[in-house]
Amino acid sequence: MKKLAFALLLTTSIVAPGLALARPATIAIQMAPYQGPGAYLAIYVVGPDGKYQSTLWVAGEKPKYQRHLRGWSRAYSTSGGSIDAITGASVGSGRTLRIDVDLADALIDAGYEIRVDSAVEDGSDYSGDAVAPLRSGGSGTTVRGTGYVATFAVKM
Amino acid sequence: MLRRVHSIAGLAAACLIGFLAVTGALLSFEPAIDAWPATAIPSTGITVAYTAGAVAARFPDVERLVRSASGNLVAYHGSNGKQGADYVDPQTGVGLGPYERSAFFGFVTELHRSLFLKTGGRAIAGLGALALLILSISGLVMTAARLGGWLRLLVAARGTVGQRLHVDAGRAIVPALLLTTVTGLYMTLATFGIVPEGGGDLAAFPAGVDGGTPAPVARLAALRAVDLSSLRELVFPVEGDATDVFTITTDKGQGYIDQATGAMLSFQPNSTAQTVYETIYRLHTGQGLWWLGLLLGAAATAVPVMAVSGIVIWWKRWRAFPRLRRNVAAQGADTVILVGSEANATWGFAACLHEAMTQAGHRVHTATLNRFASSYPKAQRLFILTATYGDGTAPASANRFLDRLAKTDISRWPEFAVLGFGDRQFPHFCRFATDVQAALEARGAQSLQPLAMIDRQSSQAFAEWGDATGSHIGVPLTLRHAPQRPATFTLTLASRIDYGAAVGAPTAVLRFVAAPSTGRESHSPFARFKRSLPSCEAGDLIGIVPPGDASPRYYSLASGARDGFIEICVRKQAGGLCSGFLHDLQPGASIQAFVKANPQFRPARGRAPVIMIGAGTGIAPFLGFIRNNTGQRAMHLYWGGRDPKSDFLYADLLSWFQRDRRVTRRVTAFSRVSGGSYVQDSLREDANTVRALLARGAQILVCGGSDMAKAVQSTIDEITAPIGASVATLKAKGRYVEDSY
Repeated sequence: MKKLAFALLLTTSIVAPGLALARPATIAIQMAPYQGPGAYLAIYVVGPDGKYQSTLWVAGEKPKYQRHLRGWSRAYSTSGGSIDAITGASVGSGRTLRIDVDLADALIDAGYEIRVDSAVEDGSDYSGDAVAPLRSGGSGTTVRGTGYVATFAVKM
Repeated sequence: MLRRVHSIAGLAAACLIGFLAVTGALLSFEPAIDAWPATAIPSTGITVAYTAGAVAARFPDVERLVRSASGNLVAYHGSNGKQGADYVDPQTGVGLGPYERSAFFGFVTELHRSLFLKTGGRAIAGLGALALLILSISGLVMTAARLGGWLRLLVAARGTVGQRLHVDAGRAIVPALLLTTVTGLYMTLATFGIVPEGGGDLAAFPAGVDGGTPAPVARLAALRAVDLSSLRELVFPVEGDATDVFTITTDKGQGYIDQATGAMLSFQPNSTAQTVYETIYRLHTGQGLWWLGLLLGAAATAVPVMAVSGIVIWWKRWRAFPRLRRNVAAQGADTVILVGSEANATWGFAACLHEAMTQAGHRVHTATLNRFASSYPKAQRLFILTATYGDGTAPASANRFLDRLAKTDISRWPEFAVLGFGDRQFPHFCRFATDVQAALEARGAQSLQPLAMIDRQSSQAFAEWGDATGSHIGVPLTLRHAPQRPATFTLTLASRIDYGAAVGAPTAVLRFVAAPSTGRESHSPFARFKRSLPSCEAGDLIGIVPPGDASPRYYSLASGARDGFIEICVRKQAGGLCSGFLHDLQPGASIQAFVKANPQFRPARGRAPVIMIGAGTGIAPFLGFIRNNTGQRAMHLYWGGRDPKSDFLYADLLSWFQRDRRVTRRVTAFSRVSGGSYVQDSLREDANTVRALLARGAQILVCGGSDMAKAVQSTIDEITAPIGASVATLKAKGRYVEDSY
């Protein structure tokens, strides 16, 4: 029940801007080599005005470490909602995280972008470690990260 | 039951526990190493505002300040995506060098908590902690039981070297093990969400941010109100974002601070669960408690020792115990065999009977006499096979039988038959078996067969008993049991000194050395060890099987393997097969022998005085103890012989040992001189000295014939009555030990 309610919420938030069709997309994040335990990641959609829209995925389950995903946690803690169904394990050095999402058509080519925040225990916090604009022409283009993320690509 | 739990947990988890202990011991150094830089710079008495201002002045791009449990302050800073972290001086904000968590400790931490197997690995590590907790508790309970109660938990342990090592190391580290396993388990349970970790949900970003011009950090009121020593982390607002805030985490909770007004916008105190978890985390890791960490680490290094000694103890016991095929439960058995055994020899016969009855199609339950069940609903017959301890009492595995029997309703027990094992050469032949028979008859139990006795493990007598019993119960019982003799080694007689012939007590002091190896043996890689003596100490027993006989005779050792020779005192008995054989030996001749450990018969550890009382060949173990007493501990020897001119064993050697103070005092009594007396007479004359020594915690060791031992017991009872002690109370404390024959 909880999952269903959440699925509705997620769909609503992504689909709402245009009430149009959604298209499947694959997000691939290749982690850089680093020393330390698995990295926490937040992957979320930001509007043309830089405002938080919705969360696509959170890697790492403990709230006390999720706090270090600063850009995302500030927006998420304000806007509320639940991430239970879109939270998974943290991602280790050199690993690849691949997730499938549905993106509303209205988000594409409308100035929206997908951001990745990253943090590692006893390491650094990177807000906006990697940012990829949602452009139909740029599908599959690889973006370089500035911190723990080596490369980031959104394929539609 | 407890021992089985202990063994299973230990064997199943030995490698895992050893691994966790070694990695844990390595990790215990981290808090101490981490505490080094912190010790120099105090962080009490200054505010977070002051330090944050100082750091911000040196590192304009500072993003976070983190204060570790050890007191180190680390500034995380970054610009243009290039991030770094430095130790900083809390007074000046000056960088003290780059910070990076040691790759080594990071690696070992991951290994320790998850073996690099992620969630599954954490469960495995948790199971290791659980196994170690079970081992600690069961080991503690067993130790207390073995030493005679919780109040006696710290008295000297007895047993073989391996057993003493296991008990001593265990007692020393068990507090650390309990702490480290309970906390480790709690952390595992928290990882899996079974107990709350606290930390709660993400605190909501505060409403009502002023958004005005940021004030200098050092002036922010909320930061000025927090002492640096209570800081955990301070997160600075994002540069150029006036709507962002300071996020502060202290040991009390987490709050948001307005960067313009300096007001605490919201504060979420730590939950109880979080406080509990953090305390447990610190107790386990030693973070901020580096001395505790080092103590736990030191204790952990003893865990592999415990694992190895534990496995050795288990292996020895497992090997000594006969295998019972298809041992059914007490409730379902038609035939019950109860065994009273001191050194497992009787078990061999019991196992043979068990096997024969099982082969005849019966459902057989075999257990020790101590562990009899109050009812055997399906049993048709009950066999009791028992040896007798040296002084005529119950052997180890039957020592609670008679007491329990008196309290048990046995009206529905089946018909029983008792078979005693013993040696007719000794007094009290099969005394305990006789007592058991009498006790059962007195309680009205029906006897299946009259009491039978087996002398000196006679296979033939056992087979005959089997035939008779078999025809009586209508089961063909063919009992063929050849008692297993321990592996023997060859000794060569090096020298002998004869005493006592003139007073009718021919006694020889025989000194043996390891037999020289033959050419063939030297090809073996173990040849060097084969030629050396087996491990033994003075006070242990040597078993010698005379040619043409099946059962060994035991003699007390007057020396140990480290002396390089094995020495015994043998009094020639009239018609004695073994003593005659030994007395006929000439230097160069060889014998077959084996060692039987006798760890109870030793001076207790410590510096308390030792009173040694013996007569005749009973001097042997005492001479060994005195020889080893190079630490000049107070040792008082009371010894009785017949005539100083004839059977004064070791007279010269003892004078020598008295001069170099290895023996403090010697009191001798001779019976075949005018005005002759016995050793107990010397004790009575010396009553004041004996009482004074006992008041100083002295231990009494008695060795010799059983008549002498009995006389000494009653004399000591007389002597100690005025001070409210007795042989019984001294025995209970391990301060009166006997080796009589």
